[in-house]
Amino acid sequence: MAVCVAVIAKENYPLYIRSVPTENELKFHYMVHTSLDVVDEKISAMGKALVDQRELYLGLLYPTEDYKVTFPNQLCSYGYVTNSRVKFVMVVDSSNTALRDNEIRSMFRKLHNSYTDVMCNPFYNPGDRIQSRWAAALLGLPPSLCSSALLKGTVLR
Amino acid sequence: MEGLTLSDAEQKYYADLFSYCDIDSTKKVAANGRVLELFRAAQLPHDVVLQIMELCGATRLGYFGRSQFYIALKLVAVAQSGFPLRVESINTVKDLPLPRFVASKNEQESRHAASYSSDSENQGSYSGVIPPPPGRGQVKKGSISHDTVQPRTSADQQEPASPVVSPQQSPPTSPHTWRKHGRHPSGGNNERPLAGPGPFWSPFGEAQSVPSAGDAVWSGHSPPPPQENWVSFADTPPTSALLTMHPASVQDQTTVRTVASATTANEIRRQSSSYDDPWKITDEQRQYYVNQFKTIQPDLNGFIPGSAAKEFFTKSKLPILELSHIWELSDFDKDGALTLDEFCAAFHLVVARKNGYDLPEKLPESLMPKLIDLEDSAGVGDQPGEVGYSGSPAEAPPSKSPSMPSLNQTWPELNQSSEDTAIVHPVPIRMTPSKIHMQEMELKRAGSDHTNPTSPLLVKTSDLTEENKINSSVKFASGNTVDGYSSSDSFTSDPEQIGNNVTRQRSHSGTSPDNTAPPPPPPRPQPSHSRSSSLDMNRTFPVTTGQQQAGVVAHPPAVPPRPQPSQAPGPVVHRPVDADGLMTHTSTSPQQIPEQPNFADFSQFEVFAASNVNEEQDDETEKHPEVLTVEKASDSAGSLRVAKTESKIEEKTAAGAPANVSKGTTPLAPPPKPVRRRLKSEDELRPEVDEHTQKTGVLAAVLASQPSIPRSVGKDKKAIQASIRRNKETNTVLARLNSELQQQLKDVLEERISLEVQLEQLRPFSHL
Repeated sequence: MAVCVAVIAKENYPLYIRSVPTENELKFHYMVHTSLDVVDEKISAMGKALVDQRELYLGLLYPTEDYKVTFPNQLCSYGYVTNSRVKFVMVVDSSNTALRDNEIRSMFRKLHNSYTDVMCNPFYNPGDRIQSRWAAALLGLPPSLCSSALLKGTVLR
Repeated sequence: MEGLTLSDAEQKYYADLFSYCDIDSTKKVAANGRVLELFRAAQLPHDVVLQIMELCGATRLGYFGRSQFYIALKLVAVAQSGFPLRVESINTVKDLPLPRFVASKNEQESRHAASYSSDSENQGSYSGVIPPPPGRGQVKKGSISHDTVQPRTSADQQEPASPVVSPQQSPPTSPHTWRKHGRHPSGGNNERPLAGPGPFWSPFGEAQSVPSAGDAVWSGHSPPPPQENWVSFADTPPTSALLTMHPASVQDQTTVRTVASATTANEIRRQSSSYDDPWKITDEQRQYYVNQFKTIQPDLNGFIPGSAAKEFFTKSKLPILELSHIWELSDFDKDGALTLDEFCAAFHLVVARKNGYDLPEKLPESLMPKLIDLEDSAGVGDQPGEVGYSGSPAEAPPSKSPSMPSLNQTWPELNQSSEDTAIVHPVPIRMTPSKIHMQEMELKRAGSDHTNPTSPLLVKTSDLTEENKINSSVKFASGNTVDGYSSSDSFTSDPEQIGNNVTRQRSHSGTSPDNTAPPPPPPRPQPSHSRSSSLDMNRTFPVTTGQQQAGVVAHPPAVPPRPQPSQAPGPVVHRPVDADGLMTHTSTSPQQIPEQPNFADFSQFEVFAASNVNEEQDDETEKHPEVLTVEKASDSAGSLRVAKTESKIEEKTAAGAPANVSKGTTPLAPPPKPVRRRLKSEDELRPEVDEHTQKTGVLAAVLASQPSIPRSVGKDKKAIQASIRRNKETNTVLARLNSELQQQLKDVLEERISLEVQLEQLRPFSHL
């Protein structure tokens, strides 16, 4: 179950970040932040070689044993980077079902699609915070991300 | 809900009200819109209204059916008469006056109230229902037209009869921009009301604008109440300093005015039809939009690039965020450019927004670009489907997928095809089409760019037809295959709506290069077959291959081990066949089960085996038994034993096959199966050794005694060989099937295990 989704710009500032509202929200933000280092590491390690779609998915970045809630959860963060060095980071709570790799990949694919749709909007200036209601609704897509209504992002008004 | 008995007057009154509220003529009325105004106009406290709604069952149903509506009206009457609200009071309270609905926001209800309160029991007053709507419509245009003064004054005269109205609820927090516009109609109309009784009119005017705001917000993001449509179009000339869209709206008003002077029934119908869909683009508007489109892009079939559109719409002075939202709504295929339809939709949304409407969350149906209507009936039928999909058009964003750049072209088709296939079963259909989608996408990627000005719509629809054909053909083809199971795995992980189906499709296609075909059956070389419990198979194969070398008659590859039978007492007929046999046996196919009991007929089997062997290799018949016996004597344990049992089994399999086919000797059928079963565990092999030694002598004797038999049936040799081959093929097919089923079984078991784990995790909490 994805608990936090973040879109990070090339310069490593967040374009969009949204998480399940719990008291640990800040922790998720922190995890995303630390994952960025891992992402950068992986990117630099990959080199300038072939840029394949497969390589856009970075996989598990950073597992933690965490959560003093009811039962111990493992928080894992997964990363995905686009060709324009825009990074998507997803923090996943792997308590109940261990999400298969393919599911995470598909979630990232959807994210990527939503992001490109936002990009297509001529009224969107690249580098702005993503404020569209649409994009926020899209980013609520990750399955079993609870209360996707929450993820309806910043309302226009 | 109890039966409702209405007097004639009530019946007629309620029917009129219902038809008034039932603007869509769907025989059911949503809980917003006119019904709410009506109830508000009933001057009942809000909680009473809620109670009424609950009692009549509308909250349960979510809408007012005719009966619910009537009950609600009756309850309104009950409440207005001061009786307690009970379900029983519907029928028990006699001689209720008709429910009074006083206008809180518009003259129509006021006229209702006026006419009804004055002639509450008078049946003649029903005609009063009819005039109000057109009159109201006329009045609404009051800010522009001058000829509406008279109806207005007549309304004024009726007004004093109705009690003063105060808004039932505080003005909801409508958006500021909207309110700014919303004030204008009140500003415009307030002049008129002042002609009448002052105290009444000012709250009326106020209430008029405010509940308008309330309605607009109340209806949330659904299309605003119909009458607001007219209000805002009336406002466009005075208020908006926008683009020259005024001519269009003014034309609307003139149309309405002329309508208003027509017959009453026609008026209602006309207005109600336009009330049906406030988002519908009228012809004048559309013409205007098309003209604007032409100024940017002369080719009506072409695109307006995003930058040009941005400039154009920025002129409307809407905030960028809203323009961005409008763009997201209207750019249907998410390609960064606007087709004519998309442009009109965007323009219409801009107009609506300037007039104070809230932007919808999803594109209204009437604004949807008609990508599919070039398809004849399928498109029409799919329009509702399109609504559902466009409900989350962004959720199924077909474009710009890194792997599927031109999938946006196929998105409508995919939706339609999934609409079609939804009837059948989505799972198997998506499987095979993915390959075709891949091909199509390749085509489209190569063929059409976004900037292709030449009839993108046609391209889409042609793709659609292709898609449909392919899908339909594939659908039937793949519907029955077992292959769907693997696709079902990836699909069950996406429980979401069909929009996701598209993305699912896409994601699946994304991974589909590996998965386009059903997973290949387990490799033919059965030696690597690990599933069957015949561990000894792997051991025996090298052995048997070794044994094959000895005097083997040339056979098709499936058969090489066949000579083995001649070498061992239980000749090794065919390794793969045996493997298949083992596999099919382990899968406990039903046909094998009944044959197991006849366990001990080895003698018959060996007789037949010998004869079989002799059939196939007449010359070597003599030789082989000797080799057979020699081998038997040499090694009675370990690999040879296994080899012998192996060969025995294989021969039995082959024996069984031809037996089933040609000989039809039933006693021979059972023996192969139990022998196969015995191969399952090595432990069981040990007892076989003894039996082997016992039967060796028998076999030798039998073999020796049957040299003549093969001669007589030599003619059938070819036929038998052919049938053997056929059976072997079926065996391999069944083996493949078995392996696939085994795979499925494994998956299901895994799922079961995971579910059990989850259950375990959850269980402690259930005991709390």
